[in-house]
This record gives sequence, structure tokens and C-alpha cells, in this order.
Amino acid sequence: MEDDAPVIYGLEFQARALTPQTAETDAIRFLVGTQSLKYDNQIHIIDFDDENNIINKNVLLHQVGEIWHISASPADKGVLATCYNKTSDSKVLTCAAVWRMPEDAEPGGHESPDDSASTAHTLELLCHLDNTTHGSMACVTWEPTGDGKRVISLADNHILLWDLQESSSQAVLASSASLEGKGQLKFTSGRWSPHHNCTQVATANDTAVRGWDTRSMSQTYCIENAHGQLVRDLDFNPNKQYYLASCGDDCKVKFWDTRNVTEPVKTLEEHSHWVWNVRYNHSHDQLVLTGSSDSRVILSNMVSISSEPFGHLVDDDDLSDQEERRPEEKSQEPPQDSVIATYEEHEDSVYAVDWSSADPWLFASLSYDGRLVINRVPRALKYHILL
Amino acid sequence: MAAAATGPGPGSGPGDSPEGPEAEAPERRRKAHGMLKLYYGLSEGEAPGPDPLDPTDLNGAHFDPEMYLDKLRRECPLAQLMDSETDMVRQIRALDSDMQTLVYENYNKFISATDTIRKMKNDFRKMEDEMDRLATNMAVITDFSARISATLQDRHERITKLAGVHALLRKLQFLFELPSRLTKCVELGAYGQAVRYQGRARAVLQQYQHLPSFRAIQDDCQVITARLAQQLRQQFREGGSGAPEQAECVELLLALGEPAEELCEEFLAHARGRLEQELRSLEAELGPSPPAPDVLEFTDHGGNGFVGGLCQVAAAYQELFAAQGPAGAEKLAAFARELGSRYFALVERRLAQEQGGSDNSLLVRALDRFHRRLRAPGALLAAAGLAEAATEIVERVARERLGHHLQSLRAAFLGCLTDVRQALAAPRLAGKEGPGLAELLANVASSILSHIKASLASVHLFTAKEVSFSNKPYFRGEFCSQGVREGLIVGFIRSMCQTAQSYCDSPGEKGGATPPALLLLLSRLCLDYETATISYILTLTDEQFLVQDQSPVTPVSTLCAEARETARRLLTHYVKVQGLVISQMLRKSVETRDWLSTLEPRNVRAVMKRVVEDTTAIDVQVGLLYEEGVRKAQSSDSSKRTFSVYSSSRQQGRYAPSYTPSAPMDTNLLSNIQKLFSERIDVFSPVEFNKVSVLTGIIKISLKTLLECVRLRTFGRFGLQQVQVDCHFLQLYLWRFVADEELVHLLLDEVVASAALRCPDPVPMEPSVVEVICERG
Repeated sequence: MEDDAPVIYGLEFQARALTPQTAETDAIRFLVGTQSLKYDNQIHIIDFDDENNIINKNVLLHQVGEIWHISASPADKGVLATCYNKTSDSKVLTCAAVWRMPEDAEPGGHESPDDSASTAHTLELLCHLDNTTHGSMACVTWEPTGDGKRVISLADNHILLWDLQESSSQAVLASSASLEGKGQLKFTSGRWSPHHNCTQVATANDTAVRGWDTRSMSQTYCIENAHGQLVRDLDFNPNKQYYLASCGDDCKVKFWDTRNVTEPVKTLEEHSHWVWNVRYNHSHDQLVLTGSSDSRVILSNMVSISSEPFGHLVDDDDLSDQEERRPEEKSQEPPQDSVIATYEEHEDSVYAVDWSSADPWLFASLSYDGRLVINRVPRALKYHILL
Repeated sequence: MAAAATGPGPGSGPGDSPEGPEAEAPERRRKAHGMLKLYYGLSEGEAPGPDPLDPTDLNGAHFDPEMYLDKLRRECPLAQLMDSETDMVRQIRALDSDMQTLVYENYNKFISATDTIRKMKNDFRKMEDEMDRLATNMAVITDFSARISATLQDRHERITKLAGVHALLRKLQFLFELPSRLTKCVELGAYGQAVRYQGRARAVLQQYQHLPSFRAIQDDCQVITARLAQQLRQQFREGGSGAPEQAECVELLLALGEPAEELCEEFLAHARGRLEQELRSLEAELGPSPPAPDVLEFTDHGGNGFVGGLCQVAAAYQELFAAQGPAGAEKLAAFARELGSRYFALVERRLAQEQGGSDNSLLVRALDRFHRRLRAPGALLAAAGLAEAATEIVERVARERLGHHLQSLRAAFLGCLTDVRQALAAPRLAGKEGPGLAELLANVASSILSHIKASLASVHLFTAKEVSFSNKPYFRGEFCSQGVREGLIVGFIRSMCQTAQSYCDSPGEKGGATPPALLLLLSRLCLDYETATISYILTLTDEQFLVQDQSPVTPVSTLCAEARETARRLLTHYVKVQGLVISQMLRKSVETRDWLSTLEPRNVRAVMKRVVEDTTAIDVQVGLLYEEGVRKAQSSDSSKRTFSVYSSSRQQGRYAPSYTPSAPMDTNLLSNIQKLFSERIDVFSPVEFNKVSVLTGIIKISLKTLLECVRLRTFGRFGLQQVQVDCHFLQLYLWRFVADEELVHLLLDEVVASAALRCPDPVPMEPSVVEVICERG
């Protein structure tokens, strides 16, 4: 199973931000943003050659500050948004900006990876998302299916909807809403639902998960105490419009039906520390990926609440030669939710995981020490789902 | 010679010559002799000597003198002849003399005989006279006798006839008197006598009913009998008298020829009436607001009144209507079934009222009586299935009792927990720790155990030898194994585990709902159960209830595993909860501070002291219930250890193949590399049952939180130094709690390293200064 082995790439800086290049559907490409207070920060464009199992990288300089969050436009391959820290006068402010990657910096070129650092290109700034009145930006999320003209950013307790105008060179605040309540409320994460004509956004603050309608910018639902502790991340099921996954500091991953938020549909408790990231597979929503600060990445098979509730039977022979197969997945009838695999290639906390936008069977995970690991769904399971 | 054999005849004269007839017919005589001899079987051959036919034999019968002489002459010489002659002469003489002697003798005798005959002749003549007289007398007697007989004949016949008439008259008299006698009997209430009379007269009356007079008697009798029957029925219906009298009535009625079918219907109907009355009175005891006689009294009433009555009825019925055959028995069985079921319904209602009660002995005694009572009718009325139904009821009650005990055990357990909660929540008096955890645990354990024992003792009553139903198969087998062992004991232990586990699953994650001390206590309790108590309880149960049932039972090991799992989960949850408490403190302290513009550290921050205090308190708390546990041996001067952030004490080794760091090997990476060679820290890993493991878990969680929080912040130079100071302080005090102090060092190192990374201007404080500050604080 040579080609099932993980592929590891090391960055020289700490890193937290990872995203697939959403608009790219042919090449397997991830964008990673680094965190360094002393050196110029970089965005690594990591291209994975599936045939040859080789990683090609391209480095873009991101000189304005360390990157806390990165997201790629779903419409334009060359456009991305980052949230970065700006330190000035012993004050830290997280800002957000939309950038364009230089054309010739597209990877897969003839440049050798080794000297790419020296000839690094710089990102072209398109516009800032002005947050001087709103506070630190936690994340920027693109409208999933639009033309890449609308983004939402979360700044402290504000949810801001921006229209990008004039080839994204200008960001106009279209509407906003803010969370009122006692104490310092702060959004930690948000996702834009691909369903309902992209009119819904879910956000997390402290232990609560809230749904928003982007047309009226009003709250549609609220899951108070979704998690015992801080909610770290959210994701929408790409195929089931009311299903939402959340994860948090109580080490749990919870699956919600937003129509009935009193109880989670399902709860996973596989990690031994905070879960920082949860991601549905874009095509096969039973595959759920989670990354945690226990340095593990776990791929779970949530058959029972997926849009494909019944998998096909697979002969045991097919499974037997898969080394990553878990014994519990053998029980086929009725379909059982199970952990497919636990990936332990990381040495430090994993802060970001995501699926490739091009290959539904491939995903990347990023740990704080700058290690990026690319893994595949076990082949047996892949065939099991496909056949 | 021949004359000597011939006896003298009465008419022959003594002077007759013997030779005369001999000479006349010698031939014939000889012939006659021969025939006689032949007749007497005297064989001539017996005579020794010469041939009897030899004519020369002198003594022979065929002696021929001529031939003899001839022979002599021819054969013998003269001398011999001479001798023969002399001899012959001598013999002749001797014979002559002999003959003379004989003649004399015979003559005398003949004379005396003649005299005798003569005398006889005289005597006979006299006798004949007397005989004649007798004959005449007899004739006279005969004559008289005939005359008397003739006279008496007539009278005798008349007497015989008169005797017959007399008997007949007596019978008639009885008949004529019958109506009045019957009336009198009826009046006197001597029904038995009346029925006997009636029975005696009935056939006669039947036979002679064509005669008007008899007819009248019969009619009278019938009227009286009808009245009698009516009275009997009346008495029967009145029912004032008990079942034996009733039975007598029925017997009499039967003797009167009443239809048995109808009677047995009526009998049963009547019995029903009485029994229903019993039932009603029982029901009244049940009533909506009963004066509540206890259940024993109730079953006693039921047993004496209803069951006793039923027994009497059944016995009487079977005696009376035995002739009815299977149909009758069936009727009785149906009767008993119906009433029995109503009785059972009442008993069950009463027993249901008893379910809530706690006094098992009374209940068992009541059940025992109930069951015992029903054995008698059960034997009488096998078809009605009363005994089976009773056994069923007893079994049901026993089952319900078990359920009740299980419930009360659960309630007791929950009560204990509430007590513990209250004890824990009670405000501590100054300087006094209140009841210690260990004490509380002992209280809970002993209280539960005593409850279990009480329950066991209580249900054990059901199987006591003297209880009549204890030898039923249910009580010997299923009750012991499935009911008591599985249902009660195992069920309770399971539910206890579940209750305990529910504290882990409850949304008390935010630490509010369940006091952590309770988790700890429950965990210890479950662990104690696993190690000793479960096997003790089960052994106790098995001993008390000698389980003969072969049905599978939960083995001790399974239960122990469950208890252990519960204990483990509780303890893990405890660690999580306590870890969370400390984590929250640390997190708030990191998140709410402005690390960029902080001043140079002069003190350890208060929150760190608080963390150490809380950890110490937890250590004490856990130490009350759990053993110390093993600790990795470590040098005692470990607290003096300096941070390794800037010291590459660990050697560099192999590295992951495709990891090719291109940046200069700065000091930060060294700590990364160092991490490679230390064990991965499982933060929320399962804990072991000892104090050190628990504390290690809590500290791990806390420090990991600190690490993650630090990584999210940006530090100024003094911010970093403050973190340095805080971490050193933590190291000074936390190492003693954990199993492997290296772990604390590692985590704290990482915190400081991360803080250094998050600092644009990392200038660490001198270790000696750090130490001074910490020691001062």
C-alpha cells in the first residue's frame, strides 16, 4: 500500500491556516499560511501530484503579519482572503484582507522547490475588510456557490457581510449584525451554508452555535450550550441541508439537525483533547474529518446520519488486506458509525484539517509545528462507498 | 372215618350205622367230597404221601381192597404178608377203640342237647303268651291316638290362619296410622324418621293404590310427604344451619326421591349464596376506606370463611351427589372455579394493597395461610385448579415483592446519595472538615449493604421450610436464581452502576450539577464493589438461596467488570471535571490579560497560587479515598531544574524522512525535536485507581489548556517573563503530585517555549531571578 502512505511536508514556521484552493477542481492544491512574529510570513501553495506522490510547493510572501485564518474564493482560483495579526504599539489587531496570487506563481511551474524561497512572489492586495470599528477578525468565509463577490467576516461580536466590487478591489459593507449580551462575546468561527440559496450562515461563540439569515441579518436559531466548553469549528453537511457538525474544547464532535436543536443527533467522543476542526467530505458526507490538539486526525464514518445511509456490502476479503482498516467497520448490517482511521503523523496540535476540492478521497492536515500531512481515505472504504 | 365228619343232626338217632350210606353210594359221596374240597380250596395235592388216586393206599379215598390185596400178594413175600396182616389187625383194633371213645363222648353231648331243647320249648310257650298281650295293648293305643289326632286337626288350621290375619292387620294398622305418624314426625321435626316411614310404606301403597282406602292413605301420605319435602327445602333454603345440616336435608330429600339434578343445582345455588356472603364480607374489609385489618387477618377470614365453606360444600356435595358421575363433578368444579376466581381476585386486591408495605414476614405468613388453606379444596377439587391458581398468586406476589425490594433498594441508594450530597454541600464549620469522605463512603457502603441484607432476609422468608409453598418448583428454582439472584441482587448492582454512570453522562459537564467529591466517592464505592462487595453479596445470596435452577446466571466476573468500568468512568469524569475547573482558571487568566503591555514580573500571579492550592485540595480529597499509587523515581532536586528552553540538552537524532526543515535550526525547533523523543501525552487518557494517576490526569489537562491558550496570544517581553515565572512556580509545586514529574517539566517547557514563539522580542528572564521571585511568592 505504498501509495496509501501519508505524504508529509514541513514548513519552517508555525502554522494554523489551511484551505484547499476551492475553485480549483483539477489539481490537488492546498494553501497554508504561516505564523511567525519574527520573519516574513508566507503562504505556501502546495500542489500534490497524485500520480507520482510528489509535492510541489510555491511560496508567496505575506508581509503584513502572521496568518490566523485563510480562505480561498470559490469562484476565482487566484483570489483568497486571510485574517492576519497586525502588531503595533503593543497592540494586537487581527485584520482581514482579500488578495490575488500572482499569475506566474501558480505552482507546477519549472521552478525547483528549493530556491523558491529566494524568488518568492508577493501577494497582490485587492482590498482590506475594514474592521477598525469592529475589532479583531476571527475568520472570513466566502459565499459558497456565488461568483465570489460576497464574503462574511466575523469580528469580535459582529457579523459583517461584504460586497466585493470592481474586481474585488473594493469591499463595501453590505450589512451587519452584532451579538449583544453580557460579557465579552466573541465569535470564534463561522460557516456559510451551501443550502437555501446561500442565505444561511452559522457562527460559534463560546459554547453556543447560532444560525443567521444573510438577507435580514437576523438570528434564525441558536443552540445554547452546544458544547460543554468553547465551540471551535462548524461545518455544514454538503448534502443534507439541515445538518451541521460542530466541535469544541469538550473533545466532542456533535451533529445537529438545525430544525430541532435541543439534542444533538449524534455525538462523537474520540479525541482526547480539544477538537479544533471538523470537515464533511464534499461528496460523501458520511466521511467526517476532525483535527485535535491531541495531535491526532480522525476520519469517521457517520453512515447513520449521512445522505447515503446504506453502503454496499463489501466482501471481507477485500477489506482484509487493508492495513488501516479498523475492526469495528466490519459489521455491515445495519450500518454502523465508526472511526475509520486515526492518523498519528503529527507531533503537535493539529489546528486545521480539510478535504481537497479536487479529489474527494484526499485530505490535508496541518499541525502547529508546520507539518502538513496529506492522507487518503483507505482504499477499501473508498471502494465500499463507490461500488 | 367219614362218619366222624358228619355232625349229629337234631332229628337223627344216635344208633345209626355210619357204614350204611357209605356202602350205598360210595361213588357219589366221593364225588361230593371232591367238590367240597374243591370248593374250600383244599388241594389234595397238599397232602404228602402217596397219590390219593392210588387204589393201594389204605388211607386213600380210592382204596380198592382187592387191588391192594393183589398187590400184596404179588409183591410181598410171605413174611411181609404176615407182618402186614398183623399190622393191619393192630390198626383195626386201634381204630375200633377210637371209634368207641368217640361214640361215647358224642352221646353225652347229644343227651345234654336234648335236655336244653326241651327246656327251651317250655320257655317259648310262656313268651308267646306275653307277646299276645302286648299286641292287644298296642292295638288299643293306636286306636286312641288316631282318635285324638282326628280331633285336633281342625283347630290347628284355624290357628295358622288367625296368625296370618294378625300380621296383616298390623301392617294395615301401620298404613292407616302412617299419615298421622308422618304428620307427627313432621311436627316434631323428626324428618329422618318420617322419611324412613315413608320409604317403608311407599312400595305397598304403590301396589295397592287401586283400592280406594289405600288410595286415600297414599294420597294423604303424598300430601304429607310433599309438605315434608317442602319443609325440608324450606329448612334447606333458610340456610340458618350449617353445611352439615344442609347436607342432611339434601340426603333426606334425595331419599324422598326428589330429582338429584335439581337438588344439586339448588344445593350449589344455596352454597353460592353463603359463600358469596363470605366474599362480600371480605370485600367489605377491602372497602374504599377499610378499618384495614392486616393482611394476615384478612387471609385468615378468607381461609376460615370462604375456603372452609367451600371445603364443606365440596365434601358434602361429593358425598351426596357421588352418583351423579362426571357431570356432577364437573358442575362442582365449575362452581368452585368461579367462586375461587372471585376469591382470588379479592385476595389479590388485598395483597396489592400490601405491596407498598415493608413487612414481609406478615405477608409471607398471610400467603402461607392462604396457600395452605387452599390445599384442602385443592385436593378435593383437583379439576377446579384452585391450588394451581393459588400457587400462581403466591408466585405473582413473590415476584412483585422482588420488584418492590429492588425499587426500595434503588430508592435507598438514591437516598444515600442525597445524604452524601447534603453532607458535602453543608457549610463547613471553621477548622472542621465535616464528615470525611472516607467516613461518608463507609456510611454509604454499610447502609447499602444492610439494605441488601435486609431485603435478602426479607425475601428469604418466601423460601422458609415451614412455609407451605416453599417447595413449589418456582420457589425452589426460578425464584432463587432468576428472581432473587438475578432480578434483585444483580439487578440492583446493575442499576447502581447505571445510576452512578448517569452522573458521567449528565449535562453536568460544566461541573455544576454533580459535586466532584460525589463522583470520587461513587467511583471508590464501585471499585470496592468490584474488589470485594459483589462477590460477598453474591456468595451470601447463593448461600441463602441454594440455587438449584440450572438457568444461566450472571457470573460474578461480569458484574465486577461492570462495576470496574463504572468506577473507571466515574474517576475519569472526576478528573475531567476537576481538570476543567483548573483549566478554566488558567484560561481566563491567559485570555483576559494584555500580555503585550504587561510590566516586568515581580510576583507569581495569584491565579497560579490558586491553582496550586486547588490541586493540593484535590490531592487531599483523592487521598482520602484512593491509595497513593506508584510514582516514577526521580531525583529529589528536580525542583531545582532549570528550563530547557534554551538548552539543547537532548541529543539530536533521526527525524521523519520527508521533513526537511529549511529554516535555520533555531532554538525553537530544538524543543520540537525534543518533543519527538518524549512520549506523546494523552491528555484525557484513562486514569488508574490511585491518587497519583488521578492528579496526573488533572494536571495534564490543566497544563495542556495553559499551553493552548498561550499559543493563541502574543506576548511582549515582560509577558514572556511572567509566563516563565508562573511556569516555574507551577513546576515547583506540581511535580510532587504526578506519577512522572518529567511530564510536568515537558508540558511547562512547552508552555514557555510557545510563549517565547509568540513573543516578537523574546528576552527570557535570568533563571536565578525567576527562582528568587518564585521563592518569594
